[in-house]
Formats: sequence, structure tokens, C-alpha cells
Amino acid sequence: MATAEGGRAESGLADKIDINMTPMIDIVFQLLAFFIMSLKIVQPEGDFDVRMPLGAAAAAAPDEEQIPPIRIRLTAGEVGLAGISMNGTPVGSFEELQERVIALVGLDTGPNSIADKTEVELDCDFQLPYEYVVNAITAVSGTVQDGQIIELVKKIKFAPPKSDS
Amino acid sequence: MFRRRTRGPSVSDIDMTPMIDMTFQLIAFFMFVVNFSEAEQDDRIQLPSSQLAKPAEAPFDVPITLQLTSGGSLVYAGELFDVGSLGTVLEREKTIILDTGKEPAAATIIVRADGQAPTGEVQEIIRICQEKGFEKFALRAKYDDGG
Repeated sequence: MATAEGGRAESGLADKIDINMTPMIDIVFQLLAFFIMSLKIVQPEGDFDVRMPLGAAAAAAPDEEQIPPIRIRLTAGEVGLAGISMNGTPVGSFEELQERVIALVGLDTGPNSIADKTEVELDCDFQLPYEYVVNAITAVSGTVQDGQIIELVKKIKFAPPKSDS
Repeated sequence: MFRRRTRGPSVSDIDMTPMIDMTFQLIAFFMFVVNFSEAEQDDRIQLPSSQLAKPAEAPFDVPITLQLTSGGSLVYAGELFDVGSLGTVLEREKTIILDTGKEPAAATIIVRADGQAPTGEVQEIIRICQEKGFEKFALRAKYDDGG
């Protein structure tokens, strides 16, 4: 909309068009405020899949080809973790645990590989902070080499819970 | 061709273009980063971190999120429960799942437990879920890129 201001000399050229910016800026700021307020910073999260049907541990018939499960025992101390052991032998750290799992199952993790058939059973104390369980699952389920994840043991289960005593 | 000067204080013309440019840039930025998905994240839960916890590519078919605080209380749908009363909550979920023509075994229980929560409580949650017929579990952890 061209405004023909009084007293302006008429010319052949088009006059400068004055658009009323106020409503647009109002809306734009409303939109900006809406998006700022609805912004939710979501941390990236991932899952460890555990499949545990009831009674599967007891009902699983011993199979000739079945490799005995790796038993990992995590003991709780006064604060945090007191000790890790794998199949009865003490392990110093989660890094060592991973090395021992790799030594046992190898890095070949294709179908029908040893890693694919192996199962890990986690036996944890009631009061053990859950982060150590996640550390143990991380150590046995895969390793990161050059930014690539090499999967190790995928079948993870928990031993029956211990009582809170 | 020439404009006659108006007398009195003239209205100063502020050049709005850079401001509007910036504002639109900001709007575009926030529109891209805004996330309306109902990711059930709770400030009360400090997830343990893991390098292998890569975000899932596809969402679960029937997800049920159960969160466990460091004190051992259960957070479900934003409300605090005792772990012992999980059975009632799951019974309701089970009815809804069965009404939609699916089996509880098809549902995935997402366990978001605090890093300091007692493992026994996590196992207790899993045990109660198993009793109600759920078998797929996803233990959630914060993705740690190692940096």
C-alpha cells in the first residue's frame, strides 16, 4: 500500500512502500518464545536388550551344543563395588573382565559363533549400585574399537534376586 | 524527484531487516531442535552411562517405561510408587495391551534405573514383570561417547 503523503511531490517513479512491520514482528516473537519454551534438551540414551521369560533358566534343557553360561558375580561393599568374579575366579576391573570374555569367546561374533551361543548370568548383591551392573553388561556385551562397536555376548540374564539382608 | 523536508522532529527509520533476519534464523533453529516426542526423562533419575548404549533406531512396539530412583522408589507415568505396588500398575497395562489384541510378551519394559539404585530392586521389578507375563526388557543407560 503506497501512502500518498500530503505535500509529496508527485513523480513518475514508484514511492517507497511502507509496510507496517509491527504485527509481523509480534507474531515472530511469539513464535520464537514458543519454540524457546518448548525446547527440551534430551540426552541420548540407549538400551541393553534383555529377554527373560519366566522360568526359562529352570526350564532350559541342557543342550549338547550349549556352552555353559559365564557366571559373573558382583559383590557389594560398604560403598559401591567390593569385587568381581567370573566363573569363580576374581577379576580386578571391568576392563580385565572384558579381556577375559574376549579371550573366552573371541572377537568373531557372527551367527553360530561362540559369542552368539554364550550366555552371561549376572549374580549381583541386592545393595549393589545399579551402575556397576551396567558396567558389567557393557564389558561383556561389546567393545569399541576405532569407533566401531564389536558385539560380544548378547544373551544376558540375571541370577535369581538375593534377599535384602 | 526530490522530497520536501518535513518540519519538526522526523520519525527515525530503524532498519529492521537485520533483526528480522536474525529472528527468523532463531525460529528456524528452534523449530529444528524442538522435540515433541514424549521421551520419558525424569530429573530424579541419573542414568548410568555406557559407551554401548547407542540410541535405538526404531521405537519399541509397545513400550512401558518404569523408572527407579536412587532411593528405590518407582516412578511410573510421573508418579512415585512403591516397588511392591508395581503389580497393580502392570495389571492395568496388561489389560490395555490385551484390549488392543496384543500379548504382554510383545511389550517391552524399559527400565530406567538410577545409577545408585540397588540392583536388587531392579531385579525385583523384572521379577514382578515376568510374573505378569512380560519378557522383553530394555535396560536404559545414558550414551557416553567416551569423550
